[in-house]
Amino acid sequence: MSQLNKQSTIVTALISIFLGIVVGAIAMQLAGYNAITAYQALFQGSLFQAFDLGETIRTTTPLILAGLSVAIAFRTGLFNIGVEGQMIIAQLSALIVGIKLNLPPGLHAIVAVLVGGIAGALWAFLPGFLKAVRGVHEVIICIMMNFIALYLSNVLIRNWLTESGADSTPKISPNASLRVDFLSEMFDHSRIHLGIVIALLMAFVMYYLLWRTKLGYELRAVGYNPYAAEYAGMNVKRNIIVSMLISGFFAGLAGAGEVLGTHGYIAIQSAFTGIGFDGIAVALLGANTPIGVIFSALLFGVLTYGSQNMEHMAQVPPELIRVVVAAIIFFVAANISGKLLDVVKTKRRAKES
Amino acid sequence: MNAVEMIGITKRFPGIVANDNIHLTVKKGEIHALLGENGAGKSTLMNILFGLYQPDEGEIRIHEKKVTITGPTMANKLGIGMVHQHFMLVQPFTVTENIILGDERTSSGFIDYKKAEQEIQKLSDQYGLKVNPRAKIADISVGMQQRVEILKTLYRGAEIIIFDEPTAVLTPQEIDELMAIMRNLVKEGKTIIFITHKLKEIMSVCDRVTIIRRGKVIDTVNVADTNENQLAALMVGREVSFEVIKEEAKPTRTVLEVKNLVVEDQRGVPVVNGLDLEVRAGEIVGIAGVDGNGQSELIEAITGLMPIKQGKISLNGKNVAHLKADKGTRARRITEAGVGHIPEDRHKRGLVLDFGINENMVLQNYYQSPFSKGWTIQYDEVNKYANRLIEEFDVRTPSHETLARSLSGGNQQKAIIAREIDRNPDLLIAAQPTRGLDVGAIEFIHRRIVEHRDKGKAVLLVSFELDEILKLSDRIAVIYEGKIIGWVDPKTTTEEELGLLMAGRAKKEGQ
Ligand SMILES: Nc1ncnc2c1ncn2[C@@H]1O[C@H](COP(=O)(O)OP(=O)(O)O)[C@@H](O)[C@H]1O
Ligand SMILES: [Mg+2]
Repeated sequence: MSQLNKQSTIVTALISIFLGIVVGAIAMQLAGYNAITAYQALFQGSLFQAFDLGETIRTTTPLILAGLSVAIAFRTGLFNIGVEGQMIIAQLSALIVGIKLNLPPGLHAIVAVLVGGIAGALWAFLPGFLKAVRGVHEVIICIMMNFIALYLSNVLIRNWLTESGADSTPKISPNASLRVDFLSEMFDHSRIHLGIVIALLMAFVMYYLLWRTKLGYELRAVGYNPYAAEYAGMNVKRNIIVSMLISGFFAGLAGAGEVLGTHGYIAIQSAFTGIGFDGIAVALLGANTPIGVIFSALLFGVLTYGSQNMEHMAQVPPELIRVVVAAIIFFVAANISGKLLDVVKTKRRAKES
Repeated sequence: MNAVEMIGITKRFPGIVANDNIHLTVKKGEIHALLGENGAGKSTLMNILFGLYQPDEGEIRIHEKKVTITGPTMANKLGIGMVHQHFMLVQPFTVTENIILGDERTSSGFIDYKKAEQEIQKLSDQYGLKVNPRAKIADISVGMQQRVEILKTLYRGAEIIIFDEPTAVLTPQEIDELMAIMRNLVKEGKTIIFITHKLKEIMSVCDRVTIIRRGKVIDTVNVADTNENQLAALMVGREVSFEVIKEEAKPTRTVLEVKNLVVEDQRGVPVVNGLDLEVRAGEIVGIAGVDGNGQSELIEAITGLMPIKQGKISLNGKNVAHLKADKGTRARRITEAGVGHIPEDRHKRGLVLDFGINENMVLQNYYQSPFSKGWTIQYDEVNKYANRLIEEFDVRTPSHETLARSLSGGNQQKAIIAREIDRNPDLLIAAQPTRGLDVGAIEFIHRRIVEHRDKGKAVLLVSFELDEILKLSDRIAVIYEGKIIGWVDPKTTTEEELGLLMAGRAKKEGQ
């Protein structure tokens, strides 16, 4: 991270996106599709109509929260690869509140969202605790906890939350739903929900927390240099745990939003949704800043949702869009754009003299 | 013939002109010194010559031919090699593997290790480097690793070799050997550019010296026609005193008392082993000793960064050895009890390099008023405070938001010293406070430390530089294998006496 300096991160990101799109185009051409029509379909299909725009925002919402989750952990020097599991547990907890409790509209949703966030935080506590106290690498614990979450969720759905072994749970109470009429109507009855407001709010919270508060000062110090943090009398272990709790809370909100806003129920899952993993890419492309995360999540939202339309409109399989995503990540991670810029500058100088 | 001409070189970084219309001419076969304070722009100029940076203005001629150096590979082709301050070696690889890395010469598709090894052996013998091509990097000393870097440049056919502060990491013995190697290199027709801020080294090996101050060339002089005082004045821009001016100490009450302290390292070996020490208000106590005799652990134990096995540490009469960390950590409780700490490794402990200077200035008290209110940090107050310290301690930085990483070592150190001294601690612990700094910065820091003593505070100084210990201390304690094995008076002792003590020969009882 240290070699990515501030001024060039935006440029780096933009160049990487451009290169990723070019690589995707080449891949499409090689596979015998027309790249221009494909990209046209992609952007048209995700942005031009109210319904599609609403669905794109709906797709973007959990990506923002997952990206924030990964980013804040990164800032403290931790790699939270457990967003996926934290989302699943949050989803499950929010769903239980949504089904089993009986609260007035609004309050029910707030309680369910908070329970989801807290559940995510608690699921992230263990890897944070083991890292801080026993020095166990968080990545290993996170991956294990992802699988525990996935299968635990499936077992509970099948044996407790459904009648007679169905594949999906009943719907949550409408009181707990995050969908609101005016948003649904504005976007032509798409599944957009208040989760986007929560996500944007959390981006602001992350900014405020990291760059305006004592806790944020400590988290960043621990992330950049734990030895100096220790010298400054900070409690490094506590900060590691707190960072994982906040990270898990963001992930939890992502999961709660999915169940309370998008789907309204959960089904047995045979595999991860991939949103948590995309969060890693979102954070990377967004340089671990809240504003960067918002924009890169939006890009990923457009690509993900638009790729489905691309299939209808241009008969291009959506898998090809994963090539674009992978290429973008590759270009950012390898800082290819930085190297390109250097070469261009040197060439220009060589010509001048 | 001129090996290198750099004509009108200008290089700007955000907020600073690192090289300002620099002219440098290096003759073939000479050892040419680049002398300047930390941050003067020496490394920048040489990074331009080595192709790592592109100049904003100016031109370069190598062997009287105009060139544009686009990168290190191009520099290698032009016969320019560079030995960086931080080595770029792969630890688990052998010497040979490291040297051929990036310049693998193959025969029928395979790397010919045998041949490479022979060639490296030959080069090593020719220049008296005494390097074993088969040794693993991880197993050889820092001095040897540096020679591997030299061999690397020679293997790539360097005619002009740049050394960026090569002696900063070496022991005195190794420095002498390096000087001999440099002489060998020029005898064989190489040209050397030698960056340093150590005047003795220039006087002993260099032919000419170019002095750079704040990005500008001040002068180029023949070493034979100058002396250390004149060079120091040219470098700093004023007369520099090599002596520390201080009055007789007037020590009063005891501030720090360490009794029978035992500190174990991670393997459970007692590295501080029954140590007693006393520092009084109004005096500077210097700890002399060879590196690795428990100095670092002693300091980390006093400052609460390392657990104590046994013994007593009291500050102003209060035992702090087993302070409970009920509110904050033990390190914080000790800081609050009146301890300032200039750590031996400024990059590891002293600074968060990716924080701005402003955030670094409040590292010890960010949580206190006025820097914080409730749960927020008051950045207006932090910036105001940082600006005052930057001014008062002459920290040269483009702004208070500049990352600590991009300041020169001297200015980083000044920032730490500003932070620690301004809190006016009863006990100031200064570990290697001037390591790697130039004479101007050293003078400044020494003056600040003496001023702190004169305010009636206690100072504990740890340094591997005998010179520094002798000049600064009012009393000297010699540490050996985790114990203080003798006290000497800096006014009456000799380097010989100190040297013997440091080697473990205890003084006779009763002295
Ligand atoms: N990559 C960089 N970006 C910004 N500033 C730099 C960079 N490299 C050096 N500087 C600044 O340029 C000045 C000269 O630095 P340098 O050449 O390293 O000095 P020296 O080697 O003489 O100690 C310093 O003020 C330093 O902070
Ligand atoms: Mg330098």
